[in-house]
Amino acid sequence: MSDNLISVNNVSVNFDYQENFISKKQKIHAVNNINIKIKKGSFFGLVGESGSGKTTLGRAILGANKISSGNVIFHDDERDYDLTNMNKQDLKEYRKKAQLIFQDPYAALSPRMTVRDIIAEPLEVMKITNSRQETDERVRDIAAKCRLNIEHLRRFPHAFSGGQRQRISIARALVSNPKFIVADESVAALDVSIQADILNLLKQLQTELNLTYLFISHDLSVVAHVCDVVAVMYLGHIVEMGPSRELFKNPKHSYTKALLSSIPSIDPEKRSEAIELKGEIPSALNPPPGCVFRTRCPHPGVDCKGGEITMGLTEVEPGHWVDQCCVL
Amino acid sequence: MSHLLEVKNLDVKFDTDEGRIIAVENISLSLDQGKVLGIVGESGSGKSVTAKSIMQLNPGNTFYNNNAEIILDNENVLKFTSKEDLKKIRGGKVSMIFQEPMASFAPAIKIGAQMVEQLLIHKKNMNKKEAKSLSINMLNRVGIADAEKRFNQYAFELSGGMRQRAMIAMALSTMPKLLLADEPTTALDVTIQAQVINLIKDIIQEYQMGVIFITHDLGVIAQIADDVAVMYLGSVVEKGPVNKILKNPKHPYTKGLLEALPDVNNLDAPLSPIPGNIPSPLDRPTGCVFRTRCPHHNPEGKDGKIEMKLVEVEQGHWVDQCGIKCGQNE
Ligand SMILES: Nc1ncnc2c1ncn2[C@@H]1O[C@H](COP(=O)(O)OP(=O)(O)OP(=O)(O)O)[C@@H](O)[C@H]1O
Ligand SMILES: Nc1ncnc2c1ncn2[C@@H]1O[C@H](COP(=O)(O)OP(=O)(O)OP(=O)(O)O)[C@@H](O)[C@H]1O
Ligand code: SF4
Ligand SMILES: [Mg+2]
Ligand SMILES: [Mg+2]
Repeated sequence: MSDNLISVNNVSVNFDYQENFISKKQKIHAVNNINIKIKKGSFFGLVGESGSGKTTLGRAILGANKISSGNVIFHDDERDYDLTNMNKQDLKEYRKKAQLIFQDPYAALSPRMTVRDIIAEPLEVMKITNSRQETDERVRDIAAKCRLNIEHLRRFPHAFSGGQRQRISIARALVSNPKFIVADESVAALDVSIQADILNLLKQLQTELNLTYLFISHDLSVVAHVCDVVAVMYLGHIVEMGPSRELFKNPKHSYTKALLSSIPSIDPEKRSEAIELKGEIPSALNPPPGCVFRTRCPHPGVDCKGGEITMGLTEVEPGHWVDQCCVL
Repeated sequence: MSHLLEVKNLDVKFDTDEGRIIAVENISLSLDQGKVLGIVGESGSGKSVTAKSIMQLNPGNTFYNNNAEIILDNENVLKFTSKEDLKKIRGGKVSMIFQEPMASFAPAIKIGAQMVEQLLIHKKNMNKKEAKSLSINMLNRVGIADAEKRFNQYAFELSGGMRQRAMIAMALSTMPKLLLADEPTTALDVTIQAQVINLIKDIIQEYQMGVIFITHDLGVIAQIADDVAVMYLGSVVEKGPVNKILKNPKHPYTKGLLEALPDVNNLDAPLSPIPGNIPSPLDRPTGCVFRTRCPHHNPEGKDGKIEMKLVEVEQGHWVDQCGIKCGQNE
């Protein structure tokens, strides 16, 4: 049996793009040749700036985005599922086992359904339970685990605060008893105090229910606190990946270094140590050849400038991977 | 020397279908030229309402108290009613920048045309040509490459970071004495946020304006503010120099915010949420507004028997009197 729950092998996702119907068709390279393994029971973090491909990769792993090349394997206890090669029955089973928690607790919940119905919906759609009584039991059970009261179940979502709504979304994602959860910016819209509460809840549920998370966030401080492994994405590539403490203490890639230095320090005496990056992320329609970061890199090496080097991760310390261009 | 801005005993109330909401109660703040006053607090704490009061931008259902004063440059803006007076503040002595730059630009008018129009309204002796060259200079100044080309573009054609810069350029082109920045970096990526913070700092140095910087991010406050006011449910519960507030917080709410915050330099610290939920502004607690969530024991405070009142605990560092008592039992 594999230690890993998910293996992502050489995965790329492209989207077709046409500015208008007479212009020529182009390709958006949203995710490029990604290799990651997500260990069972881990809290795997994916960080990077807007447009770097985090959501696209997360959706590809959930089977919600087509994979242009490569494959994703879900290692279940009994068997492996190859997401690029699944029949309808497999897909149905996979949907129960892999779930998404949305970003925006305000937009995600239908205003006309009671909290009970919102949480129960996946059970009904996936025909997991056989009677109303069984459904109610599972809803009550997961609601309690997510610290919602029984009285809450009869109410409508507008009556709840942001934190409570996020707990409702979490309960809904967990009711089908999944093994794998993609949490895409699940705390981004919340105030710090509520954020702390939800992060603690996710951690607690992880142990209680044996969950594995892919935690997507652009907030590095949050990721540093909750994740055990982190991958840093830039323009569709993973440029560095490793155990989170190691990566935060000892970043190797120029982009990771710049990103970490940009986190505003809470200490007023430590001002402006940010490595300032010029300009903005290039378009995913025309990523620069070679190292994708070189157009903004503060210290490109002599070999980097030409862009002849091919990107790809190499292991610099056990479990710590860095793009090979940057370790030359 | 008198302050550039002085807010005294300000209440802001809204009449709504559900009743009268107290959005801001009895706050007093001051700001000097060339300084940055940070306002922090969770969603709904009254940060934006406070900023909008200074520009008289709150809607028709707003009520201010009679003894409130907002003194800007020796004039009480709350007494302004005529169009001419209001023009002195909006886009004149005061400019505002927002979280969502699209809100500042009309979608169907080119960026340059909007900048020029604004300048012609506020600078009586400026002609169109001068206004154009000043606008392009300003776009340049905020680090927009190809300023002349951008001058002729629409806001939606720019990336998020660039739009933010263009908005800052427009806000600064009239040379306001006071800049109100309401979450101007919240929607940006950290690397772009770092650029914008540095830009705002440079500009304050150069033009010596006063800035009110609103955010819920204590890290951003630490990087940019000289003084900080911490707001909770419409009240300022603690205020003072940034060093004192962040390194030696006294009020349990300020402490709670810091304990909930994930700090990359201290990964072993647990993330401790503040217990409970923020009450609805319709049912604001009497006495100390924080008492329904205060994790510490202070019997009089818990019963709402202590009125809110800021007390100076050390030079320039003010803390609500109920909060001081809570802290002492630790
Ligand atoms: N359905 C789609 N069609 C076309 N392009 C897309 C689609 N979805 C994403 N993209 C593009 O793919 C790239 C990666 O986008 P993605 O949403 O995965 O980024 P992200 O890292 O999640 O960003 P954010 O932090 O803003 O959520 C972007 O250039 C985006 O514009
Ligand atoms: N026009 C209005 N009518 C009624 N209530 C209002 C109005 N504007 C604001 N409020 C209320 O006043 C309170 C303070 O709102 P404000 O927008 O100042 O909060 P904030 O601190 O800026 O929050 P955020 O961080 O979410 O921007 C909130 O309870 C809000 O719902
Ligand atoms: S490979 Fe070269 S250009 Fe790319 S990030 Fe590293 S140093 Fe910079
Ligand atoms: Mg995304
Ligand atoms: Mg606001």
